[in-house]
Amino acid sequence: MIYDVALNIRYDYTGAAAGGRHLLRITPLDVPKRQRLIAALIDIHPQPSERRNWIDFFGNPTVEFAFRDAHDHVGVALKARIERLEGETQQGLFSNLGDMKSLIEQSRDLGPFSPLHFTAPSARVPALPEIADYAAQVRQGLPDRVSCEQVVAAIGDALHRDIRFDAKATTVDTPMAEAFEKRHGVCQDMSHIMIAALRSLGIPAGYVSGFLRTIPPAGKPRLEGADAMHAWICAWCGPDAGWMDFDPTNNCFAGLDHIEVARGRDYTDVSPVKGILRVAGRQTSRQAVDVIPVTG
Amino acid sequence: MFDNYRPLQGVPDELCDASGRMRPGWAGLINHLSRLGPDEITHDFARGDQYLTDAGVFFRSYGDTTLSGRDWPFSPVPIILPDGEWSSIAAGLIQRAELLEQVVADLYGPNTLVSGGHLPAALIAQNPEWLRPMVGVKPHSGHFLHFVAFEIGRGPDGRWWVLSDRTDAPSGAGFALENRVAAARVFPELFRKTNVHRLAGFFRAFREGLDHLRRDPAARIGILTPGPLTDTYYEQAYIARYLGLNLLAGEDMTVQDGRLQIRTVQGLVPVEVLWRRMDSGWTDPLELASQSQIGTPGLVSAIRQGQVTMVNALGAGVLETQALMAFLPKISKFLTGERLALPNVATWWCGQDAELAHVRANANRMMIGPALSNRMPFETSAAHAVAGQMRGADGQSLDNWLTANAAQLVGQELVTLSTTPVFDNGELVPRPMTIRVFLARTPSGWQVMPGGFGRIGAGQDATAIAMRSGGSVADVWVVSDKPVDPVSMLSSSDAPFQRAQSGPLPSRAADNFFWLGRYVERSEGILRLVRAYHSRLDEAATEPLLALIRDLLATMGTDAAQALPNGLQATLTSAVNSASQIRDRFSVDGWAALKDVEKSMNRIALTARPGTDAALVMSVLLRKIAGFSGLVHENMYRAAGWQFLTIGRSLERAAMMAELLAAATGSDAPEGALDLAIEIGDSIMIHRQRYAVTTTRSTVVDMLALDPQNPRSIRFHLMSIRHRVEDLAIARPHAQLSDFERQVLELDTRVAVHSVETLDTGALTALRGDILALSTALHDAHLH
Repeated sequence: MIYDVALNIRYDYTGAAAGGRHLLRITPLDVPKRQRLIAALIDIHPQPSERRNWIDFFGNPTVEFAFRDAHDHVGVALKARIERLEGETQQGLFSNLGDMKSLIEQSRDLGPFSPLHFTAPSARVPALPEIADYAAQVRQGLPDRVSCEQVVAAIGDALHRDIRFDAKATTVDTPMAEAFEKRHGVCQDMSHIMIAALRSLGIPAGYVSGFLRTIPPAGKPRLEGADAMHAWICAWCGPDAGWMDFDPTNNCFAGLDHIEVARGRDYTDVSPVKGILRVAGRQTSRQAVDVIPVTG
Repeated sequence: MFDNYRPLQGVPDELCDASGRMRPGWAGLINHLSRLGPDEITHDFARGDQYLTDAGVFFRSYGDTTLSGRDWPFSPVPIILPDGEWSSIAAGLIQRAELLEQVVADLYGPNTLVSGGHLPAALIAQNPEWLRPMVGVKPHSGHFLHFVAFEIGRGPDGRWWVLSDRTDAPSGAGFALENRVAAARVFPELFRKTNVHRLAGFFRAFREGLDHLRRDPAARIGILTPGPLTDTYYEQAYIARYLGLNLLAGEDMTVQDGRLQIRTVQGLVPVEVLWRRMDSGWTDPLELASQSQIGTPGLVSAIRQGQVTMVNALGAGVLETQALMAFLPKISKFLTGERLALPNVATWWCGQDAELAHVRANANRMMIGPALSNRMPFETSAAHAVAGQMRGADGQSLDNWLTANAAQLVGQELVTLSTTPVFDNGELVPRPMTIRVFLARTPSGWQVMPGGFGRIGAGQDATAIAMRSGGSVADVWVVSDKPVDPVSMLSSSDAPFQRAQSGPLPSRAADNFFWLGRYVERSEGILRLVRAYHSRLDEAATEPLLALIRDLLATMGTDAAQALPNGLQATLTSAVNSASQIRDRFSVDGWAALKDVEKSMNRIALTARPGTDAALVMSVLLRKIAGFSGLVHENMYRAAGWQFLTIGRSLERAAMMAELLAAATGSDAPEGALDLAIEIGDSIMIHRQRYAVTTTRSTVVDMLALDPQNPRSIRFHLMSIRHRVEDLAIARPHAQLSDFERQVLELDTRVAVHSVETLDTGALTALRGDILALSTALHDAHLH
């Protein structure tokens, strides 16, 4: 499946910003056998006085840019074409939950995909006893000998049942604990809660940001720019199965509709725009996403 | 004195060996003390405290959010070690520094220690000090470590142990220097006669080593400070002054085109080397801890581009991890083929079954705490166990706690320390001690400071945990039986003399100078008004005149009715706070004088009564504040800092005078107002000489507004600002008039062409507004 993706982000400041430095993590990933990046172009205005690209620790393409002069807005536009591939099926190779501790301990890998980075609490996913208790209850409902994939699916089912999707209930800064306590949130909250649940059971889990193809209701036209960036989780299911992506918002394993942009321990590692501004007034932001299938 | 000294049973002592004989090196000190009477000892020891108080040495206790510190407990009796023993300590520490350099290079590079199984991967992957943005970034200098410290202690068998590694941003070198000066004051002759190895040579070598780390000779070298609210800020300011380095906060700098730059009053100035006293994680909010308010966005990027050398490299704090000590002995053999000459505290990581069993079985001889902590277990706020006693685990048993958290815990032998004599109640008594030793990388290799920062426990308990609750600090004398080189910080080079240029003034420092000038001047103005008010209270002055003074004081947030108004105290506290932000640029005497004013004021606040008493007290304070101003203006080098201080002072004085004259020279001013103005303007004598007896509106306005010779007049201070502005413009390249300079010129000219007739109340009020507006213009031109 080939997609054209367009992302437009704009920040407006009520008072002029004296200068600023930002990081972008919005370029779709190129992952062998799963996702091919055909082309990507990022346009930034006003023209930044500095701009550099690099790959971060987790393998995400990162753009750093800075403004020296006063400016009252920042606009970022991404246009990309990618091909999403089926990947391999991993049936039968998932490790058992009971073996995870020793499997992780055997790892001597500190590379970006090592499960070891994804076991400990992280900035946006602290260890929360309430979530650990919740996950333990789900675990109790499963057979003693259970594969990681079954655990991931069971946690996904439980969250889908218990956490209400509400696009207005939380913001990008809402702490995970608050979203869990109120049992509502958006894809970011769902993903953080699921990561915390899996880690508490001993399954290494991380955060994936990306785009989701949305299918308009039958007979209705696709609305341009109606979508936002999406987020889901990845879980390490043992050395043979490796990483599996699961979308807690839609309660499904990630597939051909999911376009990957960045991976990390939680939102902090992958936030699409991270910036430090010297600005006096308030700021407002807008984001618009289009995901258009080019071929079936 | 030695005969009465009783070391603890079974504990090695620095003064006294196992057979009760005095150890080498101590005889001179003990003889000296024995010859002194109790009064002489008190008198001599007081010199050390006096020095530290005069120097303003203070350290802030953790969690203290005010800017005032508490006194520093100094034990005048030094810890003495012969240089033969010291050189074996030094060799062991150099070996350890070399090893740690190899380990950190591997952890941020090929990771062979982990992939080869020499170090558990989880200890690194879960370590908050292992900074992922720094992985794969090779330091421009070729080295990660340039300045490290080790906490050492002597174990029961007499051998030295390393208790902790300080590799991220070690503090204490400046304190060691201060202790040395204090000890030399206490024992001036003894110090001269004893062959004590000097510290200056170490600092000179370190300073020269820093110079070698920059490429561009015009680039600056700085100390990166977390700011005045950190517990060791004083020390950072002290060592910055001592080494001639810029003391820089994160907000003093910006990154442009990959280069780190200092924002100064003269524009951007590059900086290539930072001796870091800020923990790694806080240095760049963009790529490290995003909640950091004290970092510089883009710093990591500049490092990645090879434009900045960090002393030490960001992320070097991973080496401080307690659990690492469990693996270092084997890693040493693997990487270098050598044993560690100085062992570290025996350590077991509980993430391994055999080690966990060992810790569990021997818990009563151990301290157990967080594996990834950079502090010894008892120094953390987390749950820990000492000698089998649980602390802070919510009632959990030690066994259950160990089982539940094994991989997060580390067990360490509960080391016993040696004791050293301290003077207490007329005699020497043994107290446990550790020494922090400092190492600097120089072009010719690691150098070890001959001496260190001695910490002395409060009680008789000789286990390492005695260091937990305070105690005192002491100098460390490494003594030789031969004369030692008298080195100083002065360079030995034979190159022709060149006058060094004063460094660029960071905008933030300039801002503090400016406000210091304003606050001190405002304090003085308030003092004069309060004195005038209270001296008139007992003279039954007319109520309208008192009301005039009350109104003037009220505009400065001060209630005249109080004998020592809160508004005055608040203003002076603001002055002290501004000064404390620029301690590194401030003379010790100037600081002492300012603190003295504050101290007197706080004392007086308790007793002063309204009326004549308050008036007298104000006169005392006025003399003290004049002492501070005198020191500043007599002794302060005429660099940019002084220019901003003077601008602040002149601006405040001119504005206050304009306000006073507007109130006192109007047609509706109460009787006595003109005389009040002359009194506040400290111009009684000159007015009497010039105008004999009559005080008229014209004589007052001429003398206090227009007279360019009177240091109390508005004109005088506008001219002063104008001259300072000209000095600043010369120092600035591509001099174009800023709005500030334009406004100063215009204002000064406007006052110059005024006459006593045209400068009426309306004109004076407008003038005051224009003078205060200069503050904003100055900020826009120089201080952002």
